[in-house]
Amino acid sequence: MKEQHSVIGKSVPKIDGRVKVTGQAKYTGDLKLSNMLVGKILTSPHAHAKILNIDTSQAEQLPGVKAVITHKDVPDLKYGISPARWDENIFCIDKVLFVGDKVAAVAAIDEEIVYKALALIKVDYEELPAVFDPLEALEEGAPLLHESFAGNVNTEIHQNFGDVEKAFSEAYHVRTDQFVGQRTYQCPIEPHSAISVWEGGKLTVYSSTQSPHYFQYYIARQFGLKMGDVRVIKPYMGGGFGGKLEPTGLEFAGAALAMKTGRPVKMFYDRHEMFAHNRGRHKQIMKITTGVDKNGKIIGVHADFIMDGGAYTSLGVATAYYAGAMLPLTYEYENYKFDMIRAYTNLPACGAQRGHGHPQPRYAFECHLDMVAEDLGMDPLELRMRNARQPNTITPNDFKINSCEMEACLEKAKELSGWQEKKESLPSGKGIGVAVGSFVSGAGYPIYRTNLPQASAVIKVNEDGTSATLYTGAVDIGQGSDTVLCQMAAEAMGFTYEQMKIVAADTETTPHDFGAYASRQTLMSGAAVKQAGEEVYQQLLEMASMMLKTDFRDLVCCLGMISSKTNPEVTITFAEVAREFFVRKGPLVGKGSYTPPKLGGTFKGAPVGTSPAYSFCAQVSQVDIDEETGEINVEEVWDVHDCGTVINPSLVQAQVHGALFMGVGEAVWEEVLFDDKGKIVNANLGEYRLPTALDMPKVTTDLVFGDELEPAGPWGVKEVGEGATIPTMGCYSNAIYDAMGVRVYSLPLSYEKVWRALKEKREQEQQG
Amino acid sequence: MQAVQDKEGIKRYLITLHVNGDSYTRVVKANTLLVNVLRDDLDLTGTKKGCELGDCGSCTVLLEGKPVNSCMVLAVEADGREILTIEGLAQNEKLDQIQEAFVDNAAVQCGYCSSGMIMSAKALLTSNPDPTEQEVREAIAGNLCRCTGYVNIVKAILSCRKSEEGSE
Repeated sequence: MKEQHSVIGKSVPKIDGRVKVTGQAKYTGDLKLSNMLVGKILTSPHAHAKILNIDTSQAEQLPGVKAVITHKDVPDLKYGISPARWDENIFCIDKVLFVGDKVAAVAAIDEEIVYKALALIKVDYEELPAVFDPLEALEEGAPLLHESFAGNVNTEIHQNFGDVEKAFSEAYHVRTDQFVGQRTYQCPIEPHSAISVWEGGKLTVYSSTQSPHYFQYYIARQFGLKMGDVRVIKPYMGGGFGGKLEPTGLEFAGAALAMKTGRPVKMFYDRHEMFAHNRGRHKQIMKITTGVDKNGKIIGVHADFIMDGGAYTSLGVATAYYAGAMLPLTYEYENYKFDMIRAYTNLPACGAQRGHGHPQPRYAFECHLDMVAEDLGMDPLELRMRNARQPNTITPNDFKINSCEMEACLEKAKELSGWQEKKESLPSGKGIGVAVGSFVSGAGYPIYRTNLPQASAVIKVNEDGTSATLYTGAVDIGQGSDTVLCQMAAEAMGFTYEQMKIVAADTETTPHDFGAYASRQTLMSGAAVKQAGEEVYQQLLEMASMMLKTDFRDLVCCLGMISSKTNPEVTITFAEVAREFFVRKGPLVGKGSYTPPKLGGTFKGAPVGTSPAYSFCAQVSQVDIDEETGEINVEEVWDVHDCGTVINPSLVQAQVHGALFMGVGEAVWEEVLFDDKGKIVNANLGEYRLPTALDMPKVTTDLVFGDELEPAGPWGVKEVGEGATIPTMGCYSNAIYDAMGVRVYSLPLSYEKVWRALKEKREQEQQG
Repeated sequence: MQAVQDKEGIKRYLITLHVNGDSYTRVVKANTLLVNVLRDDLDLTGTKKGCELGDCGSCTVLLEGKPVNSCMVLAVEADGREILTIEGLAQNEKLDQIQEAFVDNAAVQCGYCSSGMIMSAKALLTSNPDPTEQEVREAIAGNLCRCTGYVNIVKAILSCRKSEEGSE
């Protein structure tokens, strides 16, 4: 069912490509405002300590310092991105909960003076026992972080669908395995920064944010301002990956400093502070049990997880639910039990990182399923094929799946990789593995409870009709939403991409949109944009029919040219008609908004994981392992996606590459490490070991399409950006096992761990 | 190098930088970084700061034709020397071939690494007009990108090889 499109489906160059390659694009940290001060936050050197006294007097006396603030100077209202657990203060009041917790802030005339002033703030602490391990944190008598959260339990989930115990008792084979993930950090290359301007009782914040809306909402709430008096603007942005979705503290501290000094204040984190603020991926401890019948059909799954949340909630309530909610997306089974505890520890808070909550459980599940397949003597790809979800099905946790090409993804990956012959013929040391993934195309419900539409858009056609501007609250953080939304606008209007302009992600000049997270914008913002474009189209054709004296139903507009379906002699340009429209009726404007249908079940936590549509993917990778060193060389990866209708093929490919790359890093190298005092020991990109151009494997990507378009998305679109992160870790682990017969049960699958596993295997073989 | 001492006894140095073909004279401290002079004093913010530790390569500029992390170079070290930044690459509205290739190959996502990446590519292609893929990867190994997996960046740089001329 292929529709003909003239603008979407084309690899047009990115709308911001040119300004980014010339260096003209201004990111938040590049902006300079008149009379601007520089601000920084003083953070805690201790993982857990009482604040006895803060003396700012020396810092205040330093020439060039304009303000020093602590908790006494700001509202004591607790905040957080997740309204279920507001547990943070702008500055710590009684005690600090991790190395890097926020204590005070300074604004001064330049950076050097700011650093000097920070060193002059004297904070007396009384150190308290700290806890860094989630299992220890949950033990009786463990140091308690938050008075209101007994036992350091931040979130506890017990969900039960069908009857898992019965399924296990009836199963042909039941197996349990345990895997451990790691803390990773998003590492956008652009550091966080925010510039706050306080003028006449109104606040403007330029921020490197994935969601101007949530920032506006929380800043207004924190300072008791009307949302209309807070403007948040996102300049060009250097990546986010989830780490810039929630307020970072820079906005609050900056706003307070701007209010106090009456001058614009630029706040920023350096690379070390970014790691310390963190909000990266949670480390999960994942026990997983599966029962299968003798044909390998899954009949029940129990996921029993614990996650290290760090010192605050951040987006962790959602992460905790997502961890279990998304496991049933890819395979069909009716009995499912999910238990989870998110524990507080005295480490930086974890939040949402690309693939939110799902990549580690998926790693565990995909490794575990390979082990189940081996127990059954079955090809692991075949086991997946037998269980692959089908379109128009409902998961045990009440997610409605419309389009779903899980089976076709596996089939294609099998074919592209030459799975069958490789499985039999690869030499020792080389191996091949498979894993799958799935992700939401936008979260069904916003982060805080509201009946605002998910997305809205306005398109204004220029007076002479030669250009049109799309106004959208959607947030381009590098993924290319400005480009694809302009393509969608032009398609819906019968216009050309080249004549589109965009104003985006500014709470004052653009209509509301929740922003860049949960892979939501192509579907949700796109739906609003399509509606706005269609409204322009309708008005334009009505005007054209008056001008041409023909029935408007006989007219069609494509690529800026209006023509008659029946009389090829009748044509008129979009521009002529749009100009005439302006003369007769005023501005030619179209508007649209999008609210998803009611989604999901009624049980506790049912909204998390709901989505209008789901993407699916399958990956096969081939590795070569050095038996002497454990070094993992990934030779090639075949990545196949069901991401619905494609708006811009080259941007889809680019998303897949980037997501795979993040998966590669997390699979093999990346981990945030701490010393025994809770200090990060590798808070820089070198020692954290962000992969380089030399580390990226050869990748072949392909897309599969079903017979039916996804009904929930405009033109049938779905997500790709996050889902593609998900299969890689499990896929590599399975390939390593295929190559060497050793299983690494924790992430990252480092060379050392592979080497140790090989050594252990050799020793066992010698003893045996 | 001419130096003056302020009231606190801190020396300031008079330096002249030749940036993108023009000369700029500025007074800097001994510890002032080249990247900060470029960005703060000359408003050449196309050169980005991503880590200030020499890890990410976002601040890569060409110093006498060689790619350097400008956060690892003192401004006084650059006195009297030729510096090329991303702003100096396009000539009279015409983009450099590498810049064009980055746009055409979807090698730009967030764009924060692009300036440094393009400067490293420029240095490579100037000294080695026909690099192998491995040589390209090595040349940009000091430029970190979190968005692209380097796939389209490598493709873009390879498309600028001398041997690719006229192949389109």
